Amino acid sequence: MQAIYKREMRSYFTTPTGYIFAAVFLCASGFLFALCTLQMQTSDVSAYFQFLMYAYIIVIPLLTMKSFAEEKKNGTEQLLLTSPVSLTSMVLAKFLAAFTMFVGTLLVSSLAMAVLGLYSEPNWARVIGCTVGILLVGICFIAIGLFVSSLTDNQFVAAIGTIALLAGLVVVAIINGLIDNYFLRLVLDWISIYSRYMNFTYGIFDIASAVYYVSICVVFLFLTVRVYEKRRLA
Amino acid sequence: MIEVSGLVKVYGTNVALDNISFTAGEREIVGFLGPNGAGKSTCMNIMTGYLSSNAGTVKIGGVDISEKPDEAKKLIGFLPEQPPVYGDMTVIEYLDFVYELKGCKYNRKKHLDEVCKVTRISDVKKRLIKNLSKGYRQRVGIAQALVGNPKVLIFDEPTVGLDPKQIIEVRNLIRTLGREHTVILSTHILSEVQSVADRIIIINEGKLLADEKTENINRTINESSRYMVKICGPQREVLEALKSVSGVTHAEVSSEREKDSYTYHVESESGYDMRKNLFFAMAEKQWPVIAIEEESVSLEDVFIRLTDSKSSDLKAKGGKR
Repeated sequence: MQAIYKREMRSYFTTPTGYIFAAVFLCASGFLFALCTLQMQTSDVSAYFQFLMYAYIIVIPLLTMKSFAEEKKNGTEQLLLTSPVSLTSMVLAKFLAAFTMFVGTLLVSSLAMAVLGLYSEPNWARVIGCTVGILLVGICFIAIGLFVSSLTDNQFVAAIGTIALLAGLVVVAIINGLIDNYFLRLVLDWISIYSRYMNFTYGIFDIASAVYYVSICVVFLFLTVRVYEKRRLA
Repeated sequence: MIEVSGLVKVYGTNVALDNISFTAGEREIVGFLGPNGAGKSTCMNIMTGYLSSNAGTVKIGGVDISEKPDEAKKLIGFLPEQPPVYGDMTVIEYLDFVYELKGCKYNRKKHLDEVCKVTRISDVKKRLIKNLSKGYRQRVGIAQALVGNPKVLIFDEPTVGLDPKQIIEVRNLIRTLGREHTVILSTHILSEVQSVADRIIIINEGKLLADEKTENINRTINESSRYMVKICGPQREVLEALKSVSGVTHAEVSSEREKDSYTYHVESESGYDMRKNLFFAMAEKQWPVIAIEEESVSLEDVFIRLTDSKSSDLKAKGGKR
């Protein structure tokens, strides 16, 4: 597992993938920060974090698209699958590598919060709440991205597929406002990644939402393992 | 070392492997021979745990690969059809990665140096794999299989896409490896298994046609010899004369012809050299023989002979096909 993690981390830096991800992430967060706080002359960060989640729909697939698709295309997955490493450790190693990249870049983007602290007095509870929220959304999106990547041998298809799936999950929340049926709204609200995130942006640490995000992540990682198991049986 | 029994693999309605069973002992080189799509790769993929089978078991060193995959996989070094190398790594970085992946516990530097030396890639150790030629990449693929010194080596078409010099090198390498490992290699080239393997397993359309020592297969193949003969003379009469030469079992005219000569394919009885008889018979009639050439046996011929001999065996035993 360690070997795969190390190789994955290395490949983020020896190929353009890692750099493109970090560049797009930081550009998007910098731009949103300038737009939502500096321009508005406010120290309230909830709008920034709300928009940042939309940016993730594009940014996260850049990180996950090649994880499995590239291995399949180059035939290197045959090496991984015939080596004495379990499928779960293989998927976990890939997830942890993407997670490390993501957290690293998120930390760099959080420097903006420090700048904000220098010149104003933001509500720190809210800043921390939002950061935890966006972190949870991030792991969720990464797991979904890895799952889609395991379904194809084409990076481009993996990226587009992930964007579509993530956008779909967010759109569910928007459709929600248009539906009259109470129960349907309740169900959609429950499965919506977006509406659960809102609590965090209000500075509320909602343990149920945290559990929800971690569960979604686990479910998609499990599904990725299943994809490989199924392929072995095919 | 390897026990495969009753392997069946079905893709949809297509039966890729139909009840394949064989064993391979220690330090034995076994050649898998069959045309493309015969089921060689499928069989190898099941043996390495990459695919699962619908029925049957594979035991490596007594360990069932479907029951204890991690334990069994440690005993196998596998080179798939396409070498599983990462272009963005240098050769030594890659081998280092494989070393860790397999969880080896040797003196790392010494072990990897040795593997590089055996596969003769020491001079490209620090180069990126994507910049290497096909031959070198193949050797890096073989090196990868050797990391961890596994008892069983499985090579899927190791010489495809290499130039003749590289092919000879890889064959020599496999022969050397066979002194210490059990090697299974697949190929669709008859001469390749003949030159490398101790035993040949022939597969066609997912069925095992033969599992014999190489010398026995050679004997089957050489049972009757085919010659290509060029003779100047009237076509029909020459053919009649050829058929009546003692030792000739079959003669036919080929479509090939030159100015005043025709080409004939002639088959003779096993172990009987009829070339002198043929020469004198033609000389008597004043038809000059301008060429006699032994024809190499193709994989198709082997299949025909083996399937023929099998069906005649069955008939002799009163069995039904």
